[in-house]
Amino acid sequence: MSDGDLVQRLRSGDESAFAELVDAYHPSLVRVAMAFVRSRAIAEEVAQDTWVAVLRGIGRFEGRSSLKTWTFHILANRARTTGVREQRTVAVDVGDSSTVDGRRFDDVGAWADPPAPWTDAVEDQIEAVKLAERALAAIAELPGSQRAVVTLRDVEGLSSREACDVLDISEANQRVLLHRGRARVRATLEHEEVAK
Amino acid sequence: MIGRLLRRDLVCRQAVELVTDYLEGVLPEPDRERFEAHLRACVGCEEYLRQVRLTIELLGRAEPDDLAPKTRSGLIDLYREFQAQG
Repeated sequence: MSDGDLVQRLRSGDESAFAELVDAYHPSLVRVAMAFVRSRAIAEEVAQDTWVAVLRGIGRFEGRSSLKTWTFHILANRARTTGVREQRTVAVDVGDSSTVDGRRFDDVGAWADPPAPWTDAVEDQIEAVKLAERALAAIAELPGSQRAVVTLRDVEGLSSREACDVLDISEANQRVLLHRGRARVRATLEHEEVAK
Repeated sequence: MIGRLLRRDLVCRQAVELVTDYLEGVLPEPDRERFEAHLRACVGCEEYLRQVRLTIELLGRAEPDDLAPKTRSGLIDLYREFQAQG
């Protein structure tokens, strides 16, 4: 469904349009809010406040960004305000940068224990759906700022520029967080693949 | 200097850390060539890159997790309240 239709339906007070939006984005809103606030309960509150702000603002929505990106902007602004009270902003830890367990490499840095192919699992449709669920679950285990970036980029499909705008971080920091987050999700999937 | 960098082999431990910059298209040209040359010669890193791509693809097609019924009905109530206030 196009943004235009959804916006029209929201403006005309169509409850099912609101329900569709909530179903589609609420889980990701909470995930992203967690980058700024300390508890899931507060993240839920921020996401709820965001929906009220979306309803209040939909009359003024001009479509310069997608409805999705606009909604995440509102969320991040509200989460940031709440986060400041809690002394939180999107953190970029510049510590150890290796994303693959060093024991997987030999003395010269070549693979000693290379990744085993996933082919079969991913080509099987039913397996792929299960793996997608696990990938999403793995995001929940990421540090907050990695979780926010991976959610915006890979789950919601925002561009790098959009994600940086929403989170108010530099492109370089965004890439660091994306890199670490994706590597961890891959490692989780690998673990479960190997464990089977 | 760049020539020397190009000749020097990239090891797997370094290559895996370039994956995101490569996929984002921000690796400078000599590094991109070095990375691609490494991939052509390294099954392990080729598979690693493939798995990162698959991870991204899986995340992109994951269905949003179902909202807890209580959360969902709470949000719908919020909507009705908002509408009632005009």
